[in-house]
Parts: sequence; C-alpha cells; structure tokens
Amino acid sequence: MEKKERKGIVLFSEYKRGEAIKKALEKSREEILFELRESKLKGRGGAGFPTATKWNMVAAAKSDKKFIICNADEGEPGTFKDRALLLEYPELVFDGMVIAGYTIGASEGIVYLRGEYEYMLKSLNDYLEAMRKDNLLGKNIVGKNGFDFDITIRLGSGAYVCGEETALIESLEGNRGEARNRPPYPVNTGYMGKPTVVNNVETLAAVPHIVLKGGEWFKKYGTDKSTGSKLFSVSGDCERPGVYELPWGTTINELLEIVGAKSVKAVQVGGASGICIPKSQFNRSLAYEDAATGGSIMIFGENRNMLHVLKNFMKFFVEESCGQCTPCRIGNTKLSEGIEMIEKGEYTFAYINKLKELGQTMKVASKCGLGQSSPNAFISILENFKEEIFNGNGGRNGK
Amino acid sequence: MGNKGDFRVPVSQVPHSVPIPEDITGIGGTVSVEINEKKISVPLGTTILEACKKVGISIPTLCHHDDLCIAGVCRICVVEVEGMRTLQASCSFPITTPIKIKTSSPMVRKARRHIIDLLLSEHYGECYTCFRNGNCELQNLAKEYGVDSYTFGHIDKPRFEVDNSSYSVVRDMSKCILCKRCVRTCIDLQEVGVLEAIGRGDKTHIGTFLEKPLADVICINCGQCINRCPTGALRANDPSDAIWEAIDEPTKHVVIQTAPSPRAAIGEEFGLPAGTSMTRELNTALRRIGFDKVFDTNFAADLTIIEEGTELILRLYNALVKKGKVALPQFTSCSPGWVKFIEHYYPEYLDNLSSAKSPQQMFGALIKTFYAQQAGIDPANIVSVALMPCSAKKFECNRPEMNSSGYKDVDYGLTTREMARMIKEAGINLPEMPKSDFDSPFGEASGAGLIFGATGGVMEAALRSVVEFVTGNKTEDIFERANIIPLRGFEGIKYMEIPIGDKVGRVPDLIKHFIPDWNWLKGATLKVAVAHGTANAKKIMEDIKSGGKFSECHFIEFMACPGGCLGGGGQPIPTTPEIRMKRAEAIYAEDESLEIRKSHENPNVIRIYKEFLREGPCSHLSHKLLHTHYVKRGRYIA
Repeated sequence: MEKKERKGIVLFSEYKRGEAIKKALEKSREEILFELRESKLKGRGGAGFPTATKWNMVAAAKSDKKFIICNADEGEPGTFKDRALLLEYPELVFDGMVIAGYTIGASEGIVYLRGEYEYMLKSLNDYLEAMRKDNLLGKNIVGKNGFDFDITIRLGSGAYVCGEETALIESLEGNRGEARNRPPYPVNTGYMGKPTVVNNVETLAAVPHIVLKGGEWFKKYGTDKSTGSKLFSVSGDCERPGVYELPWGTTINELLEIVGAKSVKAVQVGGASGICIPKSQFNRSLAYEDAATGGSIMIFGENRNMLHVLKNFMKFFVEESCGQCTPCRIGNTKLSEGIEMIEKGEYTFAYINKLKELGQTMKVASKCGLGQSSPNAFISILENFKEEIFNGNGGRNGK
Repeated sequence: MGNKGDFRVPVSQVPHSVPIPEDITGIGGTVSVEINEKKISVPLGTTILEACKKVGISIPTLCHHDDLCIAGVCRICVVEVEGMRTLQASCSFPITTPIKIKTSSPMVRKARRHIIDLLLSEHYGECYTCFRNGNCELQNLAKEYGVDSYTFGHIDKPRFEVDNSSYSVVRDMSKCILCKRCVRTCIDLQEVGVLEAIGRGDKTHIGTFLEKPLADVICINCGQCINRCPTGALRANDPSDAIWEAIDEPTKHVVIQTAPSPRAAIGEEFGLPAGTSMTRELNTALRRIGFDKVFDTNFAADLTIIEEGTELILRLYNALVKKGKVALPQFTSCSPGWVKFIEHYYPEYLDNLSSAKSPQQMFGALIKTFYAQQAGIDPANIVSVALMPCSAKKFECNRPEMNSSGYKDVDYGLTTREMARMIKEAGINLPEMPKSDFDSPFGEASGAGLIFGATGGVMEAALRSVVEFVTGNKTEDIFERANIIPLRGFEGIKYMEIPIGDKVGRVPDLIKHFIPDWNWLKGATLKVAVAHGTANAKKIMEDIKSGGKFSECHFIEFMACPGGCLGGGGQPIPTTPEIRMKRAEAIYAEDESLEIRKSHENPNVIRIYKEFLREGPCSHLSHKLLHTHYVKRGRYIA
C-alpha cells in the first residue's frame, strides 16, 4: 500500500498497528466508554451523533449477537477522505473496529465498502490477513481470553442511499437498498435484527488515538461542541485540492487560504446534500454547530454558474433517491424540473416559492436523511444566489 | 449471511422488535401519549396510528393496510412528535416512551397536501375512465384535502404500457403510486413474490422478474394485489363487454352460475353492510339483465364433495387395504390460485392433488353436456358464465385442458365487482330486487356446497358426508347441528382428528362397486387440515416435505386466498379482516337456514348419478367430464 507522508494533529499523527488494541484490552469496557465520552467524539459521517452514546446503547443491549459495521460507502459527492484513510491508514480503521467490538461485545465486524473502491479490496483483505497472523484478529486477541473478533469486507453496488445506515444494513442482508423505518434504530434492531453500531470510517479511525492518548487530549482540539479534528475532502477551484486534517472550528476563509483558493464565489459544505455558502459568510466556521459537514468541501470560483451547479446536484438526487418514499422520489424530480424552468425562463416566482415550500416538506417528511437533506442545496443556492440566478446570466427574468 | 427468520420480505417492511413486556397490564406495560392535548394510555409498542384510532382521530393512510406488514413509504400519515426534528410516519412509529403528538398542525397539513399533490402529478389518467372511480383511496384523499388544482402539474402521457397478458390481473403501472401494497401482498401475505420494486429514483417502478409480462411469470392469479391496491393500477381482466354481446345476441343461450362468496359480498357494492347475503335478489337481477338461466354453483360443489370424497376413500382403500402406492394426503383442488401455486412451487406433489375439477369447471362441463341434452340446445350456442369471487377462475376457465365437453367448459369468469357493475349498468338496484329461486334442472344446492366459500368449508362439507357414510351415524349426532366448529374461523392453519370408532356403517350404493365394506376403517383416526392463504399453504407443504405432522394427514384443504373464497381477488374492495369475518358469518347463517345441508342428500345430485353419470363417481364418464390433470410448471421460467 502506498504510504503518503501526511502530517496531522490527530488522525494523521504517529500510530503503530495494534498499539491501541493492546492498551484497550487491558482496560475494562466501562473505562473505554468513559474515555470516549470524555472525548465528546461525534459521528464523522455528517449527522454528528455522539459515538459514546451509540456504543453505550449497544453495549448495554441484551443480545446473543451484536455487530460493528464500518460505513465505508463514501458516496457523498466531493468526499474522498475515507479513501485516504483506508488506503494509507487502514490500521486506524481496523484497530478502531476491534476496540469497538471489544467495547460493545460484538464478535463480528463488517466493512461495507463502496463498490467503486473494489480496487482496494485485495490489499485490505491482505491487511486483515496480516492482522490475523499477529493475533490482532481471531480468537483470544492478543492473549485476551474470551475476546474473539474478526472483520469481513463486503462490497456495495453503487447506490448512494446505501450510505444511510439502515439502507446499508438492508443491502448487507441482501435486500434492496432502502432505508428502514426508525425507530427502532440499529442500536436496537440492526443487522439481522441484532443490536448494531454503524460508524463512519473516520469515526472509527479516531478511536485508537483516543484510547491511547485519552479523551482529555482529544478535546484539546476543535471547539467545545465539535471536538478533535476533521478530515476535509477539498475539491474544485483551488490550487491544492486534497484531503486535509484540520481542527473543527476552522473558518471557511482559513481553509480557502490553506488550499490556495482565490476569487471564490461559493463553497458547498457537506456535499450535494449540504449547504451552499456565499462569500459574505466565509467567516463561518466548519463545526457541527455552524457549517456542519461530513467532510466534503467543494469550491466554486467566480466564473461558475450557480444554477448549473444546482442543476447538477438535483440531477444526482433525482437518480439516487431510493424511490420508496413520496417526498424524496417525486419531490426531487419537481425541484429539478423547477431548475429547468428557471433555465428556460419559463417560471413564475409564485411557483418557485411553492417549490421552496415543497423543499421544507421534503426536509421533514422524507423517510431518511437522503430526502431530508436533498433540498438543502436547492433552498440555499436559490436563496444565497438569487441575484445571479434570477437577474444575472444564470436564468432569465421570471414573471 | 445469518438467519433472517420466517420473513421473506425485506426487514425494513416487517414490524421491528421493540422491548414489549409480556404482561401488558403490569408496570411498564403501558405508556402515556398526548394526542392533540388529549391524554391516553396505550400498550407499549402501539403505533401512533393505532393510538389515534383509539381517541377517534383519523389519520390518512395509503401504504398502510390492515392485512400487511409496515412500509412507511407514502408518508401521508406523518404527524408531529414533540422534540423530534422531523415528522414521523404514524403507521410505523411504535410508542415506547411518553410522547406528545400533533396530528393536524400547519406543518402536518402542508406536508400531507404536498404528498397528495406529488402523487397526483405522476398519477396518469382521469378518474372518469378508471374502474376505481368512486372507490379510490387517492381520489378520496384529494377530495378530503380539498385539492382543486394540480399544484405540481399532472402527467398527460402514460409512462408504462398496460400489461393485460394475464387472464386474471391487468397491470396499469401509470396509475401506480408505489405504495408497495401489491409487493407486500405478494411476498409477505401470499409468499409468492412475483412483484418487486425495480430501479431507483425517478425510475422506480413495480415490476416482475426480468420485466416479463405477468402471464409469463409465476403469478398464481389470486388477485389479492388487486384487492389491496389503493388506486386503479391493478384490476381484473374484465370480460363483461363480451358477455353483454352474448346476451344481446338472440341465437346465444347465456347461462350463469353464481358462487356463494359473491352472493355474500355483492351487497357491499350497493352500499349494504358487509355480510348481507343477496342470493335470491341476485337471481332476479341476473334474469332481468338477460341471462337465460341462473344456476347455483353449490350444486357442483355438492358434486365435488361426492367425486373428491370418493377419490379420497379410494386412495385410502388402496393404501390401507391393497397396500398400493398412493399419494397421501389428498389435497383439495377447487382453488385455482392454489393449484397454480402448487404447480409452480411444489410440482413434485401434483399427485396428491385431487383430480376432481373445481365446482366452476364441473358445472361448466355439465351445462354443455347434461343440461344441453335436457334442454335440447346445441352446446355450441351456449355461453356459460361463472360469477366468482376470484380472479384466478378467469385463468382456470381458459386452461387448455378445460374443454372436456368438446367446448370450453366455462366461457367467462366474472368477478363480484364486474357483476355489480353490469347490474348497475342495467339500471338495477340489487337490494330492491324481489327474491327468486335458482333454475332447474340443478335447482337449489345443500348448505355443504354453500360453505365452500369460507376457509374450512370444503373440509366441513366433506366430513359431513364422509362421517355419515363411514360411521353410519347422522352427522348431527356427532357434531351439534352438523356444524364442525374446529374447522371454522380464520386461524391460518387448522388441524383436526376424527376417530372413526368400532362401529361402521353400510357402504352407500353409489360406491359399493369400489369397496365392499368399511371394516378396514374400524378404529382408525381420520386426520385433516385446512390452510388459507398460500403463505400458510407453504408452511404445511414444508412440513410435509420434512415428514412432519401434516404428512400424516389424509386430506388437506388449501385455499389460495386469506379467508378462503370470500376473501377472493374478485371480491369488493376494500378487504379487511372484519369484512371477511362478516362475509363468513353470512355464509354460515345461510347454511343453517337451509333444509338440506349435506352434499349426498342433495336430490339433484342423486338424480344426476341416476340419469346421467350412471356409473357413479370416479367412473369413466365422470373422469372424462369432472376430473382433470395438472401441469408441472416449476419455479423457473424461460
């Protein structure tokens, strides 16, 4: 596996394979949960659910079987930081899974790997084989009597919705990838109906560092509500696109500076399902409490046509809605048609306002996060760039 | 992959486990809910929808159906739950902690209206030209929510071609709103699994294996999907135009036979409460429409009992006395949905299926032979119609082997819904019709034939005769008023043992030439079972395969539809467990009101064996006209 020389404060800091597993297995489950709670680590996939709470619920659940699933579906447009972690730091992800397995009482871990990452499959499996040889996986791991744990990797097939944890579980079970009704949540009724933790690759990668250096150390970085660091996948109009580890709370301006982005018009934070931030708000900070993101940062320069940007996002959702619930399946089509109307100049403001209202309904009435977040781009771009879209070169004047 | 349990449906669509205490009345067994500021206490795990029902608040639903597992996909039932960021689907939300709910806040009303608008934007077709006009759940919602324009437009071209390849079910997917009730009906309720969502996003649609026409996949034609479709996307293949044509053609002699289940349900189409029997009013209405003769299918049901009962006795005799190789248990064959199910799923058990035709087909064969002779009519000029609760009967009458009279035994299978429409079209208000009797030469049948309509009915009818034949005792002396209660009710699978005892009767003349006496049955115990709905049928078949207790049965009744024929795919819409219960009550009540309640006591049946089928049941002629064979179809399609 090619190893790039990255330097970072948390995830990209020094780590030796198995180190944290050994330390974790010397501790009690409660001690690990305590450190995790101290760290205030939140889910890195975007939703930001406290990881300790999730683990605790599964640890406390009574069940003959439990599962830890690593969500490596990384399907959000503009996100590629999990790829970097899996290619360059698999030890963090896998060690994190072993520690999770120990803490919640699972003996099976599953990596749900994005179908397009099939090319990594062999090297990742080789890596797991090496871990087995070192007794970091298998029976009585590193001599800890009674702790058996192993990891398998399963491939997705390219549906965006399968990044949603319950759709991911459906897919793992061999069904059509569709989000489940919640409640009950996977921590109660997950994979095969058993209590299941589903964590993002990056969340799991943070765990070994927290186990080694403690929750206090971890929360030195970031803000009060967003502790630690975050990997940002930066793409678009800048000089140095790539994966960056920065503390939470970094402002958009600071980030643009670091990646060498000049004359920027807009930044899409959180991928297609995120929000589009105009220049006037570049002082906002990247954090759960402000501009939240699962890691995707797309930079749009001054010459970009925001209506085209939006059209592209909506086309994505029209295709990638799983199609089961009404607001998401038909709603996205209607929003997308609305954009075409604007493009052709065949719209009324009254109708566009109706579509915005529809967007609000989609946010609250859709079955899963996909439909609930798909109108974000529509609403934020039409709001933040209305001058350009309705009066500028993007669209023609409406009636 | 691990064991997913008994469910073949996606786990997202089965009710999930919530920690519900066993003792619901104990501490922690209930939870308090505040619905629109009204407080009530409900058992833990109650859904918001159920809780709202308890306080008299109606929540609109589309994907929810009482017979089916949860989907939570249409989102029309969303409500506000205090403290939650998003609206929650009340059909799928189990209440496990005290919550406060608002069912009609501005946000909720707006969301529901949006959802209706969205569905209408893609729902092709105009209400005038739809068979569900006036009985469409989407139309009703549009009305309730005051939809006066298409906010988000309205599709003006069909998105899909209508699939009318099947004799039974027509699929018009341009009217589909993707509630997936049909999918859940097929895979969860019936465990057939012909339909599934295909594609994603705006390409999502309900389709069949490799998008083949319905006639070419392993659909069993039960039509349960039709009964549960909220719109007109699914309907039965309607032959009423051809029937009108036949009626209007003076050279044609058009006869109709009516099955008991439509008679117990057709009143619903005329606004009567479920469970109002219309048997004799229907006779009058049918004559006024222009049918030349109206016959009672129950006559053929009585005949079926004699033929199928004789076949069973012969099988038992051959197995127990002659020690021959005989397929047992014998399976009933009167449900064409079940017949196609076993042909697809368990073709290796076709020998167990009784060779007796269904009552519809027996009657058809007799009408074009015996009746034609008696009435002096050229069978070529007879058009034989069957009013059935069933969509699979349409397929059955078109099976190529069903022409033993030299003509198509039955020309058209008509559903209850289609019949009601013909009656309305003729300007007849069915409930106001005077009562009249069935036509001779078949006349009125026994109560045994009548109860064929309910699950367990065929078995009860058979036992009423068999028990009397074998023991020599009156059935009434063994079962009070000849009602065999353990075989009644809607439990999925019923099982019963009948000890014969040491006293046996005299072999009836009809079958004396087959068996000399009953001594070989002394001390034996007759074991029978009943299953309705193919999901339950499957359970029994799997048990038989693994040599379980049902493999020791002698006779098993299978009905493809939940509740039996009264819940058939041609019956009035909607269908719910309560409605089916009412229809069953009507059927059993009518049975009790009849004088003759045993098939072998039906004088017309006795007569036909004297005058026409002179060699008796299971003879050469009866085999030619009243029995059939089956096709090993298998599960794999080309």
